[in-house]
Amino acid sequence: MAITKQNLLALNGDEAVAYAVKQSDVDVVSAYPITPQTIIVERFSEYVHNGEVDTEFVCVESEHSALSMCLTASATGVRVFTASGSAGLALMHEILYVTSGARAPVVMAIVNRALSGPINIHCDHSDSMVERDAGWIQIYVENSQEAYDSIIQAFRIAEHNDLLIPTMVMLDAFVLSHTLESVNVLPDETVRKFVGTRRIPLVRGHRGKLVPFKLDPENPITMGPLDLYDYYFEHKRQQEEAMQIAPRIIKEVHDEYARISGRKYGNGLIEPYRLEDAEIATVCLGSTAGTTKTVVDQLRTKGIKAGLLRLRTYRPYPVQDIVNALENVEAVAVMDRSHSFGAHGGPVFHEMRHILYEASIHPQIVDYIYGLGGRDMPQTLIHEIYRDLQKIVKTKRVEKPIQFIGVRE
Amino acid sequence: MTSEQKGWKEIPIAGVCWRPATDYLTGDWKTLKPVRDKEKCNKCLICYMFCPDGAVTWDPEIEDIGFNLDYCKGCGICAVECPKKAIEMVHE
Repeated sequence: MAITKQNLLALNGDEAVAYAVKQSDVDVVSAYPITPQTIIVERFSEYVHNGEVDTEFVCVESEHSALSMCLTASATGVRVFTASGSAGLALMHEILYVTSGARAPVVMAIVNRALSGPINIHCDHSDSMVERDAGWIQIYVENSQEAYDSIIQAFRIAEHNDLLIPTMVMLDAFVLSHTLESVNVLPDETVRKFVGTRRIPLVRGHRGKLVPFKLDPENPITMGPLDLYDYYFEHKRQQEEAMQIAPRIIKEVHDEYARISGRKYGNGLIEPYRLEDAEIATVCLGSTAGTTKTVVDQLRTKGIKAGLLRLRTYRPYPVQDIVNALENVEAVAVMDRSHSFGAHGGPVFHEMRHILYEASIHPQIVDYIYGLGGRDMPQTLIHEIYRDLQKIVKTKRVEKPIQFIGVRE
Repeated sequence: MTSEQKGWKEIPIAGVCWRPATDYLTGDWKTLKPVRDKEKCNKCLICYMFCPDGAVTWDPEIEDIGFNLDYCKGCGICAVECPKKAIEMVHE
């Protein structure tokens, strides 16, 4: 398939998301505004007002209601989108679990913003990291182009009948959400063809017949009633099974999209950057990867074998891909843009070290908590991390496994 | 866990019910059951309308009411609402 001719638009991250949603034939959008996600919903409501989309836009009084609205709309078999971040996402917490448990393939954009208090509107990943266990697929993007591409892919992933897993796409507050970027957009009809219409699988209903898995007066079913110690566990086990299949589907959708758009993000799960022969590497999520790639290039010109592993998909966690990418690296620094207070480092570090325990050769792994509340992560600080890694390789000793970088003493 | 219970590979996703609610004999929840005094009852059917579980029955052939104890949870609403005080809740 030939790569489709595209339009180059000047869009910020939020606008890129809104544009992708506009093209994805979404039936229902319900959202509540929160900085820095507001532009997504504002732009989209303009599309609704102008008649550019055939979408029902439902105004609600809170994020808890917004996601409840989305969940129930999705249960009727239609395509649904919402967006949030920070305190808004926290208010959705309860319904995130209900949505994944109801196997409602809602797609949500999260503009990553710190959680209060003290109140802060800038970027870190603490809002979505606490939701990693909610049963949603989590995709973290590096730039606005990827935000656009990932939203389109997210509908195909979430609604895949082997998955039916709600999917959140994360973009960094302000750095992406409010920064103008050149974004290539596909023609409307190409996106519409790619996302298609939502397909509904069959389930066995209470009348003993196979009926469409949706709320439909013609074929009534009961979804998610009381589920106690006799069956709740089985339903959770089913969710895990779908998550086990998810990496394959995410890769397939990513590859199919790459064939029409010409854009790839690693294998869709991880994006290794100059890692093949790397001795030292960092691991990060989101927009920091862009800055880090520049640093890696600078180090490479000096003959330092530096690399980067960007995690694109954080749930499902691409265990084997990460092990394969990192097992021959000598020292790895994880960059965590959130912290688990009182724990041994940040959440990305926890799992990274955990899975490499089983690898044949494991690198030294250290953690850097950075960028909380929108604190800048300039190239100078990333260079500092690579210098520390060189020292670890040289001395074969880790002095401080967990550090806070960019914070004043 | 009894052997009748199905495994996760067999059951529908998302807690969709694959059996009708009538399969669950919720009548075994009760500790009190309704007993009707046929002398006092004038078959006004107020109990029939108030029963939250549809456990009060009406048989048009014999033109009389009855209680389906498979689904009666023993809540006693029928006894409270009966204008003739014809229903008494008694221990099973």
